[in-house]
Amino acid sequence: MTDQAHMQAPVAATPRAPLIVASVIFAALALIPVLAEAWGGAWLTSLAVRAMILAIVAISLDLLMGQGGMVSFGHSAFVAIGAYACGIMITEGVYEMALILPVAIAAAGLFALISGAICLRTSGVSFIMITLAFGQMIYFALGSLAQYGADDGLTLWSGPDFLGTSWLGSDMGVYVTVFAVLLATWALVHRITGARFGRVLRAARQNPTRVASMGYSVFRYRLTAYVIAGVIAAIAGVLWATHAAFISPSLGAWQRSGDLIVMVVLGGMATRNGALLGALFFILIEETLSSITHDWRLIFGPLLVLIALYARGGLVGLLDRVRGPR
Amino acid sequence: MSSILILIQLLNGLQLGVILFLIAAGLTLVFGVMGFINLAHGVQYMLGAYLAVYLYGLTGSFMAALVLALPLALLLGLVLEFLVFRHLYDRDHLSQVLATFGVILFLNQLMKVLFGPASLSVPPPAFLDFSFTLVDGLLYPAYRVALIVAGLLVALGLWLVITRTRVGMLIRAGATNPDMVSALGVNVRRLFLIVFGFGAMLAGFAGVMAAPLYSVEPGMGDNLLIVAFVVIIIGGAGSIRGAFVAALLVGLVDTLGRTLVTDGLRLVMDPSSANQIGPAIASMLIYVLMALVLFWRPEGLFAPKVAR
Amino acid sequence: MTEAVLQLKGLQKAFGALVVTDKVDLDLHPGECHALIGPNGAGKSTLIHQVSGLLQPDAGRIAFEGRDVTGQKQHERAVAGLGRSFQITSILPDFTVLENVALAAQMRAGSSMRFFRRADREEALNAAAMTALDRIGLAPRAAAMAGALSYGEKRMLELAIAIAGKPRALLLDEPMAGMGRAESESLTDTLLELKATYPMLLIEHDMEAVFRLADRVSVLVAGAIVATGTPDEVRADPKARAAYLGEDHAEGAA
Repeated sequence: MTDQAHMQAPVAATPRAPLIVASVIFAALALIPVLAEAWGGAWLTSLAVRAMILAIVAISLDLLMGQGGMVSFGHSAFVAIGAYACGIMITEGVYEMALILPVAIAAAGLFALISGAICLRTSGVSFIMITLAFGQMIYFALGSLAQYGADDGLTLWSGPDFLGTSWLGSDMGVYVTVFAVLLATWALVHRITGARFGRVLRAARQNPTRVASMGYSVFRYRLTAYVIAGVIAAIAGVLWATHAAFISPSLGAWQRSGDLIVMVVLGGMATRNGALLGALFFILIEETLSSITHDWRLIFGPLLVLIALYARGGLVGLLDRVRGPR
Repeated sequence: MSSILILIQLLNGLQLGVILFLIAAGLTLVFGVMGFINLAHGVQYMLGAYLAVYLYGLTGSFMAALVLALPLALLLGLVLEFLVFRHLYDRDHLSQVLATFGVILFLNQLMKVLFGPASLSVPPPAFLDFSFTLVDGLLYPAYRVALIVAGLLVALGLWLVITRTRVGMLIRAGATNPDMVSALGVNVRRLFLIVFGFGAMLAGFAGVMAAPLYSVEPGMGDNLLIVAFVVIIIGGAGSIRGAFVAALLVGLVDTLGRTLVTDGLRLVMDPSSANQIGPAIASMLIYVLMALVLFWRPEGLFAPKVAR
Repeated sequence: MTEAVLQLKGLQKAFGALVVTDKVDLDLHPGECHALIGPNGAGKSTLIHQVSGLLQPDAGRIAFEGRDVTGQKQHERAVAGLGRSFQITSILPDFTVLENVALAAQMRAGSSMRFFRRADREEALNAAAMTALDRIGLAPRAAAMAGALSYGEKRMLELAIAIAGKPRALLLDEPMAGMGRAESESLTDTLLELKATYPMLLIEHDMEAVFRLADRVSVLVAGAIVATGTPDEVRADPKARAAYLGEDHAEGAA
């Protein structure tokens, strides 16, 4: 009973490979503005900004889907809420990001709290459908805002200020900001996952009854994760409005939520770099295919079917297999 | 608002409800019996509408197009089942969502390629191309009335099939307890195929019937699909009766809400604010309804009792 | 008699027309093992589910350490000190054995709404988990994935999770279910040791284990308790014999 060898708790080592992969990705992203400078292609930085913003949203969705087992089909609604918070405030003459961001976070957090509390009364397929329905609700509500462009959307004639500076007015400023937010999100979600909170969340995905019988309110942890993910997505929405200078309800359309799910699964769920890789790869596929044919969805659709049927584990799983068994 | 306008809105709501029911019926069975989440169900509705356009172009007759479209819609449903869906029954919901999402992207784009991105339409059959006079100067198109009647007849027929036939009994049993059905030695795969093909045909029927009323365009089924999901959540997954009641409820709430909410708001605030806020609230009504039902009864109004 | 740790009064539950719990009165005293036996389908697990909060009774009252917990949710009762094991193994298959138990220990070690510090590096949690594992005899397997354990080991993990949450009473739903004779006997030894610390409400089919462990035995038939007493009393009770103890001809022989 008192055997010392038994009492020593085995501590898992941190695997190095994901960190190397992440370093490569972030280094490449940091180099893109330099490369774009050399090739004179503003489209490349713009594309990279788009990909990075989507990666932020995808990472937040993976916290729900991969770690928490909550397949939300309404996640793009939070992007739209963030984007509209930004767009509406700018239209109304509030340009300061330090004011816009808290409002966007509060709006998304509140909606996540209320809709999440209702959605989480169900699970499985019902949860998918209800998050879908709440996403549509936001979509239609935004589309009926006649004074903010209704279905046609809203062009932002000037961008937000950043603490009184025009930092976010330059392409470089936006690029650096989005890069920093992506890096922070990637690190933060990993920390959350490994911390006490994330442990409860991951356990509840595997066996909610057991977790409840241990003394945890599964609902409370899931709802908290839902709010965190929603808020991160809304921050990405603010960045989107800043970058694109145009917002429309289609940001929150359910097809966008579908795209986000595709990104997460494509990259590999519940892995350190899956959502990040998935989002970047998604944009790459979209860009490549649409340069080949205007009707790229004719190829992409069947590709999704094949991924769903045969490629579980996603890109990260593929990377693992390439590296071979250890 | 005059009562005659409300009557017209009631009829419009009923008509939307009927279309929703035709879509939701198949969806709720596929979901209830097979536990399969089929996002591509809205696409079957779109295929029905395009079949109507194409066959009307060939034959010049709406009725001929309708008669030919039904078996073709069934066939397309079976082809999809064979190629994609049957490989997904045993998979998790996420795989089902992904694959059926892929099917949507493909078929929406395919329709765009085949028929172009513009909205198309089909004229209603000549013998229904007249209007009832509700009151002096207010007309209601006969075709819409015919659609409501046809929908109600299908609902009645479906109810008879579900409650009175062996297949119906198996479907009901399957929605309650799939394991028992397979334990009875029933070929579950074949039952699935029947339910699936039948659901696809109903959605196709809804598409054909909707073709003279709505614009036929790629993606036309996408938003209706979500509303159909709302319907089956409210009605209770797997329940035809629930789908029927909820479809009419959602159709009426949505249609009446769009006029009544703004009118109601005008009573308590100035007209221009009412005109701005009204539509936003009206568009959220059915989701609020869904949230209320869920809060009160998470498994829906008419969920089949699950034996445990 | 001492104050009961757990007390059920007039507990009632029906699924439709099927009465699964029929006016059950039952209590559990400090230091006691109270075994619940009865034929399959008698409603034993359903009863445990109502005590742990997984199911709500239709009527009746459950008091734990003098407080009414009838309206409380599952997790609230666990926090109050009702630990349980499941008849059908219920563990976290993608976690290591250590993490399964550390999560249970985490519940008693301050807030779990902590978002930054790595939980798997928290020495106090790991040490608490190791203590529980050691007590059950599963410490050598701490680093294994829970899903990869043998069946018997999973049953032991189930128990380790239950005691790591520092319960004040244990609800054990057939801890020996499906185990071989040797495993079953060694688990009975473990439970005998644990009995001193945790009062237990035990469901078990293995009669040998029941008669070694139990201070009192209640016989549940068709949702109702037909006999309660010491193991010897119950063994002698004709109603209990007829209902359960394998004496199908009890009436004919009498």
